[in-house]
Formats: sequence, C-alpha cells, structure tokens
Amino acid sequence: MKKLFSLALALAMTMSLAACGGGSNSSASQSGAASSTGSVSSSTPSEASNAFKLGGTGPLTGGASIYGIAAQRGAQIAVDEINAEGGDIQFVLRYEDDVHDPEKAVNAYNALKEWGMQISLGSVTSQPGISTSALNYEDSIFALTPSASSPDVISGKDNVYQMCFSDPNQGLASAQYISEQNLGEKVFIIWKSDDNYSTGIKDKFVAEAEALGLNVVGNATFTTDTQTDFTVQLTQAKQAEADLLFLPIYYDAASLILTQANAMGYAPKFFGVDGMDGILTVEGFDTSLAEGVMLLTPFNADAEDEATQHFVKAYQDKYGETPIQFAADAYDCVYAYKQALETAGCTPDMSAADINAKLKETFPTITFTGLTGDGAGITWDATGAVSKSPKGMVIQNGVYVGMD
Amino acid sequence: MDFLTLLDYLIRGLSLGSIYAIIALGYTMVYGIAKMLNFAHGDVIMVGGYVCFFTMSGLSTSFEEGSMAGAVVPALAGILLSMVVCTALGVVIEGLAYKPLRQAPSLAVLITAIGVSYFLQNAALILWSSSPKYFSPIVGSGQLQVGPLSISYVTLVTIAACVVIMIALTSFTGRTKLGKAMRAVSEDKGAAQLMGINVNRTISMTFAIGSALAAIAGVLLCSAYPTLTPTTGSMPGIKAFTAAVFGGIGSIPGALLGGLLLGIIEIFAGAYISTQLSTAVVFGVLIIVLLVKPAGLLGKTVREKV
Repeated sequence: MKKLFSLALALAMTMSLAACGGGSNSSASQSGAASSTGSVSSSTPSEASNAFKLGGTGPLTGGASIYGIAAQRGAQIAVDEINAEGGDIQFVLRYEDDVHDPEKAVNAYNALKEWGMQISLGSVTSQPGISTSALNYEDSIFALTPSASSPDVISGKDNVYQMCFSDPNQGLASAQYISEQNLGEKVFIIWKSDDNYSTGIKDKFVAEAEALGLNVVGNATFTTDTQTDFTVQLTQAKQAEADLLFLPIYYDAASLILTQANAMGYAPKFFGVDGMDGILTVEGFDTSLAEGVMLLTPFNADAEDEATQHFVKAYQDKYGETPIQFAADAYDCVYAYKQALETAGCTPDMSAADINAKLKETFPTITFTGLTGDGAGITWDATGAVSKSPKGMVIQNGVYVGMD
Repeated sequence: MDFLTLLDYLIRGLSLGSIYAIIALGYTMVYGIAKMLNFAHGDVIMVGGYVCFFTMSGLSTSFEEGSMAGAVVPALAGILLSMVVCTALGVVIEGLAYKPLRQAPSLAVLITAIGVSYFLQNAALILWSSSPKYFSPIVGSGQLQVGPLSISYVTLVTIAACVVIMIALTSFTGRTKLGKAMRAVSEDKGAAQLMGINVNRTISMTFAIGSALAAIAGVLLCSAYPTLTPTTGSMPGIKAFTAAVFGGIGSIPGALLGGLLLGIIEIFAGAYISTQLSTAVVFGVLIIVLLVKPAGLLGKTVREKV
C-alpha cells in the first residue's frame, strides 16, 4: 500500500507541475490533453483550382478553444466575402486543430503542408506558434499569425509576421497610456507568473514605467493552480494604497479579481490589456462589476465605423455571437493577404516558396487598413512585427467606449 | 502587519480550508473503504458546479426579482439537484469503471480513475464549451460586519457547512448500521463479507456519499470563487487530495484537519512570504510532515501484510 501511495503522491505533484507549466495564451491549458483530431473547415470558391490554399492551426477544441474558434470564424467570414466578390484573388481556407499543444500543432501543420498549403495563418496561440513558425521558416511558407503574440514567434524568421501586438509592446503602450493620461498615482500589478504572455507584458511595463516615472508600488502573482483566491493579492494592493491595478492577464481571472475586490470594498481603477477582452461575454457575470475597467485593445466590437459594424453583423448572423478580438485579427489577416498578394502580383499557380519570396518583399511596404487599427493604417517592419495604434477603451454601461 | 489583517487572512484561510476539507472527505472515505484513490473526484465537483449553475440560472427567471422565494428556491433546488446528479454519477462511475476492477491491482484502478477524470473534463468541454461561466453565490454576495471586520456570507456558510458535514459523517460512521458496515469493510474486506456484509453495496454507498459531498463542495467552491470552467475541479481536487494525505488518508477528522491547515498555510504563505511561492510552501510543508509522520497527522500506521 505504501508504494502505491508514494506513487500516487508523486503523480499528484507531477500533475500540479504540469498544470503550472501551461501555455502562454491559454486560460486553462491543462485540459485538452485528450482530444479529437483536426476539424476541417473549408470553403470552395467557384474556381477551386484557381484559389490560394490558406492554412492555419489553432485550438478548436480544449481549454483555449474560445480563441481558436473565433480566429477560424473570423478568417472564414473574410474568405467567404472575398470569394463572393469573385475577384482575381480567391482563397480556400483550412484550419487544423492544435488543441493549444505545441506537439499537436506540428502534426496539424504537417497535415496542412500535405494538403498543399501555399500561405499560412500560423497558429492562433503563442506556444504552438513558436513550433509552427519554425517550420514555416524552414519550409519557406509565408505566415501571418492573427494572435500568437510572443516575440519568439517571429524572432529570427524573416517570413513570419504578426497581426497582433507583441506582448512587450502591449506593456510599453499600457505604461505610456497610463502615464500620458495620468490615470494613476500608485500602480500595483497582479500578473500570472506561469504565463509567457502575462510575464512578457509585465516585464516591459515595469521597465517603461520606471523610465516614465510611474510609481509602481508593488506586484503580486498567481498561477494556473492558484487562480481562485485573489484576496491576498488584493489586500496587498490595498495596503500599498494603490489607486490603479494593472492586470496583464486574461479575462477569466480578471473577472474573479473584480468580484473579490468588490466584496472587499476596494475600488481602484483597473487597467487591462487585450486579454481582458471577453470579460463582458462571461456567461452570468455581473457586468456592473466591470464598470469603469479600462483596457487597451486593437478591436472594439461596438465601434461606429462601417467596416467594424459590417463585420460584427456578419459574424452575429452566422455564429450568433459578438466577435472577440481574435476573430477580428484573423479577418484582418485574410484581407491583408489579399492586398499583399495583389500588390506582389501573385497567382494561385505559383509555388509556396515563390509566393513566400514575393510576400517577404511586399509586406514591409504595404499599409493596410483593417478592423484592428486606427485610420493611420497597419504597417509591418521587416522583422514581422506590426505597428498599429492600440485603442484605449473603458467599459461604460456594459459596453466598450473609446477613451479618447 | 496588524492584527486585524492577520484575522482577516485567517478567516479566508479557514474558508478555503473548509472547501478543501469537504473535498478531502470524499477522497478519504473512498480511500479508507475501497482502498483506491478516486482521482475523478475533482471532476465530479465540477459537474456539481455546472448542474447547480444551470438549475439556478434556469429557475431564477421564473421568480420575481428581489423576492424571498426568488433568492431561496433556485439556490436550494440547485444544491439538491446537483447532489442527486452527482450521487448518480458517482454510482455510475463506480459501477462501470471501478467495480469490474475490484480484483485488479491497485495501479490499474488508479490509472482508470485518471482516465475517468479526463473523460469527465472533456465531456464537459464538449457539452458546455471552454468559455467560463460566472457563478452567482448561492447565498448572495452580502457580508456580515463584525466590528471592523467584514466577513462574506459565503465564507460563513462554507465554514458552517464543513462543520455540519463533519459531525454528520462522524455520527453516521459511528452509529448507523451502514456506517458500521463501512468501517468493517475498511478494516478487513474478507472478514466483513464472511459476517454477511454486502461489500460491493457498501462500496457503492461510499461512492454515493462521497459524490454527494463533492456536489456540495462544488457549489461552495463556485460560490466563493465564481468562475466555472471544465477544469475548475482539477486543481482543488489535487490540493484536497494533498490535504487528505496531510491529515492522514482514511481518517475523517484527519481530512478536516488537513484541509483547514492546508487552506490556512496557503493563504498565509501568499500573504507573508510570497504569492509566487505559496504553492511551493504548501507542498514543502506536506513533505516535512510526511517525513516526520509518514501516515499523516492523524493517520494510523498500518503494517504492510507480507
């Protein structure tokens, strides 16, 4: 019995460790270990032979599936629209499931490569994105990822581009925004220490805050397995007399922080980044708790402009939900591809490597106007990093409102 | 750090510990009687949370806003229904997955339990998707003001529930016929069978009770920490298992003691040492306790039969 016991104990510890080592972009990453194989979504344009084969991997099942499904749907809407117009550029889209797992992502990528993928949407989340982007580089298949935001996804690969901000850039922009708008005297950070995304943003934020003279009075951490009780962290923030809490984390944990802060009667300003997007869609969440929460995000489903409203309506009609930022990023990716392919003069009969060479030259030169970014447009530098302006949003009466 | 903050942390630790204790009771009872580790216990908690969530959100629309019945009926119905569903689920799991392995090596049962755990998580993912649900506390989000200290109702209910369950279980195993049968099976399966105790039924009964406790734990867990996802139960499950070992697995008072201590250590370590190290401190204490007392705090040292 004793032996079994020590074995079971060791097992429990390994399981908790495994839970700690979770991925970067997921809120509950340990879940999807056993799951189905790739689900395929493709749309057949009128001239199937005359279309670019566009492939991507993302978590379509498992704990992070909210992101993968959103990206797949966003891209699908863009592809359907472009194909319906019947121009020279047509796409066939195929998404493979990677369950937010770097190993499964490699299998998914290989399946896409065998299918004949000519251009790639990379991976939806960072951890798988780091593995698939290396293959994109090796195989000379151009990739533009909607949302794999780790700098490791693009570093050292001249043909992998990002549509989303990199993690450090979000930290940088947040610190600048808080300082410019004079939002807080004393800033306290609650971040998730087992998550690349959160750590990346927090590190850059702290560095930039120091340079700008922002007063960061303290920080506290949590991990996937301590993601239940935040009263300790909140008490620390309260005792440090922080008037602004910076939360570079995902919305599921943030909703708990808001609830527990409210229960404690502690009401600082809350400032989040793009992971906070989604907090209003949590089923059953009392959105009045999120009142006044500020966040930097590239996409706002309530924006007044025609392009956004058109996209949101198409998404709602088709899927019955309001799109999150991941959907908008993927939608933008497909349109950015359209523009780049047109500019470069690519045709669907070209090989992936030829398209890759052309796009590498073209992408740093184009200015793309899409849903995620302001009127000044979206540009890329040759490293693959994006340059666009984040939008400062504040939640008022249960909807996002622009802050400027 | 002033005394008031200390007291505040202590109450939070007690509340977290009470939840661990209720979950740990489920582990410890099943282990004590069936001599197996039911790793799917944490996921039964998650199912309990979901059942209560859907019952409450389904019923709350049919009552007037703010009415007394509207506050009480959905919560009660939610708890009862989740207990019924979880009890049924526990018995079904036991019957389908564990009963055929009664004579198999313990390792096979352990692996099966892990399999059941993943099955439940993935089934929940398919049924209810990974997007988090926000659970509104069963007793409202109000608080009791005791001098300068504010204690939420959820905390009070959690601690009270833990005490009541504890007393009920102790008298059940001590006084009732079925409870005595459980203890007999736990002592010696073969002898119990010879005395006319239906071992299989006793074990099923244990699973039923354990799973009903899991349902209560699920509702309390989600009331205190209100996001509900398919993986909600797994980490508290593992921590409660740790608590059960800490207190001495197989021992009911041990599970209570282990759970409470674990909760308090976790909160205090986060508050006074480092939030980054709190889990490491918890497991560190566990290792030290097991080095000094290998059977846990209140566990009996049983000699291995050769």
